[in-house]
Amino acid sequence: MKINKTATSRLSLGRLKKAALLGVAIAGLGLASASQAQDVEVPGNIKWTIPFGVGGGTDVWARFFSPWLSESLPGEPTIMIDNVPGGGSINGANLFSVRAKSDGSDWLGTSASTQYPAMLDDPRVRYDYSDWTPILATPTGGVVYAQPSLGETADSAMDALLAQPVKLAAQNPTGVELPVLIALDMLGADVQAVFGMRSRGEGRLAFERGEADIDFQTTSAYLSNVEPLVEAGKAVPLFSLGVLNDEGKIVRDPAFPDLPTFNEVYQARHGEAPSGNAYEAFRKFFASGYALQKLIMVPKDTPQGLVDTYRQAARDFVHTDAFKKAADAQLGPYTPVIGDTVQRHLDDAMSIDDATRDWLADWLQKEHGAKI
Amino acid sequence: MLDIFLSSLGHLFTLPHLLFMVLGVLVGLVVGIIPGLGGIAGMSLLLPFLYGMDQTVALGMLMGLVAVIPTGDTFASVLLGIPGSSASQATVIDGFSLAKRGQAARALSSAFLSSMIGGLIGAVVLTGFILIARPLVLSFSSSELFMLTLLGLSMVAVLSGRDLFKGLAACGLGLLVGAIGMAPATGEFRMNFGLDYLYDGLPLVVVGLGVFALPEIVDLLVKRGSIAEEPCNLGEGWRQGIRDVREQRGLVARCAAIGSLIGTIPGLAGSVVDWLTYGHAVQSAKDKSQFGKGDIRGVIAPESANNACACGAMVPTLLFGVPGSGTAAVFLGGLLLLGLQPGVGMIETHLDLTYTIIWSLALANILGAALCLILARPVSRLTQVPFATLAPLITVLIMFAAFQATRSTGDLLALGAVGVLGVLFKQANWSRPAFLIGFVLAPGAEGYFYQAVQFQGASAFMRPGVLIIGAMILAALFIPMLWSLWLKRRQAASGGAEASAKVEPPTLGYIDIVLFVALLGTAVVAWLNVADLTLIGGIMPKLAIAILAVSCLLEIARCLILRPQWQPQAFGLQGLWLFGFFALVGAMLLLGFITAATLFCFVFLLTIARLKTWVAAVMALGVTAFLVGMAEFLTLTYPSGLLDPLLFG
Repeated sequence: MKINKTATSRLSLGRLKKAALLGVAIAGLGLASASQAQDVEVPGNIKWTIPFGVGGGTDVWARFFSPWLSESLPGEPTIMIDNVPGGGSINGANLFSVRAKSDGSDWLGTSASTQYPAMLDDPRVRYDYSDWTPILATPTGGVVYAQPSLGETADSAMDALLAQPVKLAAQNPTGVELPVLIALDMLGADVQAVFGMRSRGEGRLAFERGEADIDFQTTSAYLSNVEPLVEAGKAVPLFSLGVLNDEGKIVRDPAFPDLPTFNEVYQARHGEAPSGNAYEAFRKFFASGYALQKLIMVPKDTPQGLVDTYRQAARDFVHTDAFKKAADAQLGPYTPVIGDTVQRHLDDAMSIDDATRDWLADWLQKEHGAKI
Repeated sequence: MLDIFLSSLGHLFTLPHLLFMVLGVLVGLVVGIIPGLGGIAGMSLLLPFLYGMDQTVALGMLMGLVAVIPTGDTFASVLLGIPGSSASQATVIDGFSLAKRGQAARALSSAFLSSMIGGLIGAVVLTGFILIARPLVLSFSSSELFMLTLLGLSMVAVLSGRDLFKGLAACGLGLLVGAIGMAPATGEFRMNFGLDYLYDGLPLVVVGLGVFALPEIVDLLVKRGSIAEEPCNLGEGWRQGIRDVREQRGLVARCAAIGSLIGTIPGLAGSVVDWLTYGHAVQSAKDKSQFGKGDIRGVIAPESANNACACGAMVPTLLFGVPGSGTAAVFLGGLLLLGLQPGVGMIETHLDLTYTIIWSLALANILGAALCLILARPVSRLTQVPFATLAPLITVLIMFAAFQATRSTGDLLALGAVGVLGVLFKQANWSRPAFLIGFVLAPGAEGYFYQAVQFQGASAFMRPGVLIIGAMILAALFIPMLWSLWLKRRQAASGGAEASAKVEPPTLGYIDIVLFVALLGTAVVAWLNVADLTLIGGIMPKLAIAILAVSCLLEIARCLILRPQWQPQAFGLQGLWLFGFFALVGAMLLLGFITAATLFCFVFLLTIARLKTWVAAVMALGVTAFLVGMAEFLTLTYPSGLLDPLLFG
């Protein structure tokens, strides 16, 4: 099946076309729109490399998305998920950067633990995000919460938190907790991170056992496992990380409209908005690890027409009610980000200037005894 | 409560639920029987069909699979000496020894029966326990978990018997190998020697296969003949196995209880349960002489524990969203795909589904074990086939299994390297289980020790739970020793001087000397590698090196003081076969995995097993079909080499 598409027609006719597409999809023809410009064919088989093990967060995410993507792509290609675990996703991404064909038949699913080592110049990383083009990104949020023994309300718990050393169970110094550790440090908390957890879930267990004083969970785990604790008076939520809006500003998380963001708490405590190298590092790692937590990427040389087709297919379903309903359980109340917005945010997040990197290396060494 | 029970029973016995459960059981058996696949591969076969399925039906299918994996993998461990998954490593020791004594049918039938009973006990325990499990699971903090890993490690002393120092040295080496990779406390990388493959540490499957399976293959090739060295009566053995379980019903019940309770503790589960129950069987036996040589209790204990453990592992998975084992981790992914968020909600709002899960486990256990029991007799005939015919197939099978670990060529090379160690250990009679226990428990011991100290400081070791487990460790170590001392004293008092303890001289051979040199050399190299690490990042490997070096030196000292008994230890032929193995790996890298495996089988069957040309050809083509089919099912990419891309796309 031939698909024709141009960027300009998409921009000007965006809404109209979406409606038309929906109608077409409902009619069951499985045809996308047609206009002029170059001819590109969607491959019959798409191999979607997931650099994580079966059943892990990113794997489940990909398995959730693949039927939706397949059904809204012209010709309903078969999307085959290829798990290549190892090295905390570095191995799979390295292999993809060597092996992937740029005819649109190779996709990669990445996560925060693929983005972070690249940003930190890990010697094992042999991939480069500038070699890839993003199709879609799904954001997540996160909440920091404390033991009620620190204080019954968010304010008093925060006061106690700043007055004494507190323990937090984390995976490793450069893991997904990195922006949280930076944020707490900026607030002035003396956080003693205990590393070696194999998942955020183990960190939560340590909190529930009373071993950790504060903890942090991403949205879906927070909603299912921490909210009951909050209701039972066994945890006090302090702040959320917020979400990135289209302009790249951090705003309140739609999942937690009543919780202040880190930025708000900082503003209230210090009388000014957060800034400096530390905030720059926080913002970048927050953006790449949370605002763009999981990404669908294709090699840069993939024909633009195909990239547009893939992005359009994603746009076609993410706003349907059926998808929103299904996604609520899998992704939380967030809408996937598609296309150029992702590219813009990604470019911003992945580029770290030398001053920030130096600050970060120094901070990791000083606070957590870790070398990067 | 009763209405919830009834509603879950209603779900359980609907036709679609039962049908899909049977499907799960069948997939689970096939996947369990093929070594190296196990629960994770099985789950990945089923996951693609999961999204959009009805919840209870899909759960039935998943549970069918989860339940029978620790049952199916017993075939490979007993008949071929291949530890199919981490849940069957202890079974190999006595199960395969029994098979070699011509009692494969007996070992299998008692393994399956105790699996079934263990699984049932696990489900019964779980039915009540899941309601009150939350506080209990939370009472196990990092310090208690650390003590449990110590309890597991103390089994080394129980298993090594007379050669205590050799056992400790083996365990030290295991701890050292287990410390390869990222330090949990600091994120530093240790002992990877610049190899990408070692950044994650060695995979358990590869180490298990290298330590147990490869040496047995080499040994059998050297000896020739079939696996069963003695004539066997399958029918009588089968009935004998059933009787064994009846006689050992106390052991079955105890091990199942241990299994289901340890299974509920997140983070440990399968890895210690096997060895704890095996150690328990050894300790509680009056006559210990047959363990390791084919004692049926060495099969019954771990087998009744591991199915119960699979049940228990559902507790942390369902209640906390923290998987207790590798299979449970994939199962967790399945739950998420079905739109079920594990957590307190599984008790408060989805209790009927939780019970459907638990009872599906029980039902699938019965079904799976019954199928295996029926299969046990005919499949045991494999042990009567001349081994040369089986050898190439098994070799390809374990290479395929090892390759599943990380799907890189490093797996094959690591298999060979660990295999060399395994052969040396086997020929010199060093404890291979001790090595494996050290390896399996190293990350847990280190991680939990560090966490306990960080979280709780010195008070970590004054907690009541810690003291209780500490007392159990001391009891495990010293009660047998005191008991034998007391026995000896009584004998000495009644029987006079000739019964007084005669110190048995240590044995020594060429391989022992090679091992001493190699292990001390390893200790030096490893020490140089970890010397620069930070204190907390390097303490574990340094401790392991100390255990390794001191035990080696003590054993050497023992040999110097007590005149050792010289023992001939052959290695020539074994070394030749090992060389052949590496040549095969080389051929696979050069020509491609499938091509080399096919050619190897054909040539081996023709020249060494001396089969007719057409038989050899058919079998070799069967290997090709298996590998190609598996690649299709599991989206595998084998090492391609020069010829594979041309022949197989």
